[in-house]
Amino acid sequence: MRQLFFCIAVIFCSCARAQEFEEQRSFGEPDGSLVLRVISSTDTALFEPIIMGFLADNPAVGIEYFVTGSADLNQAIMQPDTNYDIAISSAMDLQTKLVNDGYALEIDNIDIPDWAHWRHSVFGFTKEPATILLSKSAFAGLQMPSTRQDLISVLRSNPERFRGKIGTYDIRASGLGYLFATQDARTSETYWRLMEVMGNLDAKLYCCSGQMIDDLASGRLSVAYNVIGSYARARSDLDRIIEIVEPADFTTVMMRTALVTARSVKKESAINFLKYLISARWNDADFSETSLPSLAGQPGEQGLPKGVISLGPGLLTYLDSLKRQKFTSEWNDALVQK
Amino acid sequence: MASGATIRGSLRTRLMLLLIGSSAILAIILFVLVRSFAVQIAQQSQDRILLASATSILEAATVRNGEVEIDIPYSAFAMLNTKNDDRVFYKIEQDGVFLSGYEGLISSSGETDSPMFKMEEFNGNVVRVVSESRRLSDDQTTQTLVASVAQTRDSLADTLQDISRTAGILGFGFFVLATALSLWSAAYAIRPLNRMANTVARRGPQDLRAVTQSVPKEMGPLVGALNRLMGRLGASLTQSEDFIAEAAHRVRTPLATVRSHAEATLQRVNKEENRSALRAMIRAIDESSRAAGQLLDHAMVTFRADQIATENVDLGDLCGEIVDRLRPLADMKDIEIALDVRGPAKINGDPILLQNAVRNLIDNALKYSPAESEITLALWTDDKVRLEVRDQGPGFPKDQIEQLPHRFTRGSNAKGTIGSGLGLTIAQDVVTAHKGEMVISNAAEGGGACVNFSFALQ
Repeated sequence: MRQLFFCIAVIFCSCARAQEFEEQRSFGEPDGSLVLRVISSTDTALFEPIIMGFLADNPAVGIEYFVTGSADLNQAIMQPDTNYDIAISSAMDLQTKLVNDGYALEIDNIDIPDWAHWRHSVFGFTKEPATILLSKSAFAGLQMPSTRQDLISVLRSNPERFRGKIGTYDIRASGLGYLFATQDARTSETYWRLMEVMGNLDAKLYCCSGQMIDDLASGRLSVAYNVIGSYARARSDLDRIIEIVEPADFTTVMMRTALVTARSVKKESAINFLKYLISARWNDADFSETSLPSLAGQPGEQGLPKGVISLGPGLLTYLDSLKRQKFTSEWNDALVQK
Repeated sequence: MASGATIRGSLRTRLMLLLIGSSAILAIILFVLVRSFAVQIAQQSQDRILLASATSILEAATVRNGEVEIDIPYSAFAMLNTKNDDRVFYKIEQDGVFLSGYEGLISSSGETDSPMFKMEEFNGNVVRVVSESRRLSDDQTTQTLVASVAQTRDSLADTLQDISRTAGILGFGFFVLATALSLWSAAYAIRPLNRMANTVARRGPQDLRAVTQSVPKEMGPLVGALNRLMGRLGASLTQSEDFIAEAAHRVRTPLATVRSHAEATLQRVNKEENRSALRAMIRAIDESSRAAGQLLDHAMVTFRADQIATENVDLGDLCGEIVDRLRPLADMKDIEIALDVRGPAKINGDPILLQNAVRNLIDNALKYSPAESEITLALWTDDKVRLEVRDQGPGFPKDQIEQLPHRFTRGSNAKGTIGSGLGLTIAQDVVTAHKGEMVISNAAEGGGACVNFSFALQ
C-alpha cells in the first residue's frame, strides 16, 4: 500500500514539476526569503496593479506569480508537496471543492458579506459576467443579437457567414468554461440549442479567454460565447472591433475567488495579501481603474447580486465524476458531434 | 424576644434552603432535559436532510445497457448548505464497487433496506454519515446502489450552543423565580409561629391564661405544653402569694400578743431589774416584728419585681399618703416630715412596690434621726422624675456607702437601732425593677443621709 502511495506521489510530483505555466513573473525585491508563491488563472497584466499596491505597503515581501488554467491550478494545489501560498481562480466550483476537501486555510476577521465567502476559506473579490463577444465587422448589416435566442436566430439564418468562425470554451480543458457551461445548462434549455447550432457551424474550442479575444481581434472569429467581459474590456484597443454583449435573457456572473492554502508556510504574509486583495476590491476606489471589476454592488443592494453563482456545496454537484461524464458527453454530442 | 433562649439555626432558613436546594435540582434537571431533547431534535433534522440528499441522488440513477448513470440533481448538495458552511462528502457505490465521490468515506449500508446513520471521522472532521440503498434493474441485471452522504457538524454544534444558552437562561430564570417563591413561602409558613410569639410576649406579667388562638396542627403540642407550663406556674405563684400572706400573719400575730403581754407585765412589776429586762424583751420583740415585716416586704418586692405590672402612678399622691400614715409615729419622736412637691411627678410603675420603697426610706430616716429634727421628702421633674429623702441624722458611714444597699448590711453606726438591714435593699430592688437609679449620699451641710431616686420620664 505504502509503495502504491509512493508511486502515486512520484507521478504527481513529476506532473507538478512538468507543469508548464502560461506566464511566470517575480515582483518585488525582498531582503530575505519571504516570497509568496501565488498561483492564478488571472492574466498577470490584470493583476499587476494589485500586486504593486501590496508590495508598496509591504516592501519586505516578494511575490512570484504563476498563471495557469483553472483545472491545472486545482491539480497543483492538491499535490501533496504543493508549495503555493495563494490560489486565485475563476473556477468557483473547483475552489469550493478545495475548501471542502480541506486544502484551504480558514481565516477569520475578514470583512466580507456572507454570500461572498464559504467557510471563511474561499473569498470572492470580483464579479465578472460571462459575455458574448461579437466582431462588429462580421455583423455588418445584421441586427446585433442581445439574447441567446437572437444569437441562435442570426446563426441559423446566416450559416455560411459564421461557419468555423464561432468560438467557445472547451469545457474539458477549462475549469471556468465547465463552470459557465454547467450554470448555463442549469438555468436554461436554450444553452443546449445554442450548443447544437454552434456545433453544426463547426465551432472552435479554446482553453482560455485571451486566445478567443486575440482570434476575434485578428478576424479569425466572429462570435465568442461565454468570454469573461473584463478581459475584453481590458483591451481598449479592441473597442472599435468588438461588441461586448451581456445576454439580456440571463447573464451568468462568476466571482473570482482567492484562498490561502492549508500547507502554506508563510501564512501570515499570505493572509495579509488576501486581506489586501479583498479590501482593495471591495472598498478602495484607487483600483477602479484596474480591469478587474469590483464586487461591491449597487448601494442598498443586499444579499447575493443577481446572476452571481453562489458559493456552497451545490457547486460540488457538477464535479462529481459521474455527473461530469454525463454532462461532458451531452456537451460532446451537441457541440463536437463526432 | 430571644432573651435567655439558646438560638441554634433557624426554621425559616432551613425551610428556605430546602426549597432553594430543590429548585436548583429541578432547574438542573430542566436544563439537562431540554438540552438532550434539543440534541435529539437537531440530530434528527440533520439526518433527515442527509437522507433526503442521499435519496435524491439515488432517484437520479438509471441503468442503461447494464451501465449505471447518475445525474445528481443540483439540489442534492445545495440542500446541505448551512449557516456555518458545513463540509459535504459523499460516495456512490454499485454492488460494493466505488463509483464516484470520496472513496475514503465508509458507507454502512447495503445489508438492510433501511437507511443507516452513524458518526465517522473523515478527512480530519467528525461527520454524520447517512447511507441509503436502492435496487435498480434493467432487462438483464439487478444492481444495488448505495449513496452515502456525510456532513460536518459545525452548524449543529452552533445550534446546540444556542439552545444550551437558552435552556441555561430558562433554568436560571426558573431558579430565580423559585428562590423568590421560597423566600415568600418560608416567611408565610413561619408566620403563625411569629404571631403566637408576639401574642405571648405582649401579655401582662399577671396574664397566665392559656393561649386560645387557633394554631396550625404542628404547633399544637408546643402550645399545649406552654399552656400546661403556664398553668403550673400560675398555681405555684398563687401558692407563693398565699404563703407570704400566711407567713406574715402567723409571725406577726403571736409577736403582737407577746408584746402586749410584756407591756402589761411591765406595768405590774416594780423591781427595777425586772422592768429593764422586760423593756429589753419588748425591744427584741419590736425588732423581730419589724424584721419579719421587712422580710415579707422583701419577698414581696422580689416576687412583684420579677413581673412588674405598671400603671400610671402620681408619686405626689403616693408620698402624701405615706407621710400621712407615718406622721403619728414621727410625732412620737418629735420629728417633722416635710413633703416638698415641686412639680408633677408621674411615672409608670407598680404603686405597691413604690409605696414599699418610700416607706422603707422614711422608716430608716425616722430611725436614725435625732429628736426635733426634720425629714424632707422632695419630688421634682427635670430630665428625669426625681424623688429625694433627706434627714438630719448622722448620715451614712462614708466608707460603707457602696455596700449599704446589699442585703442584711447595716451601717457601722446602726448599733442600738432596731433594723434588719433590708430597707435600702428593698428600695434598690424596687428602683431597679422600674429601670430607675438610686444614689445614696450624705448631705453636704448638716451631714444627714440623703437617698435620691431617679426614673425615666413617661
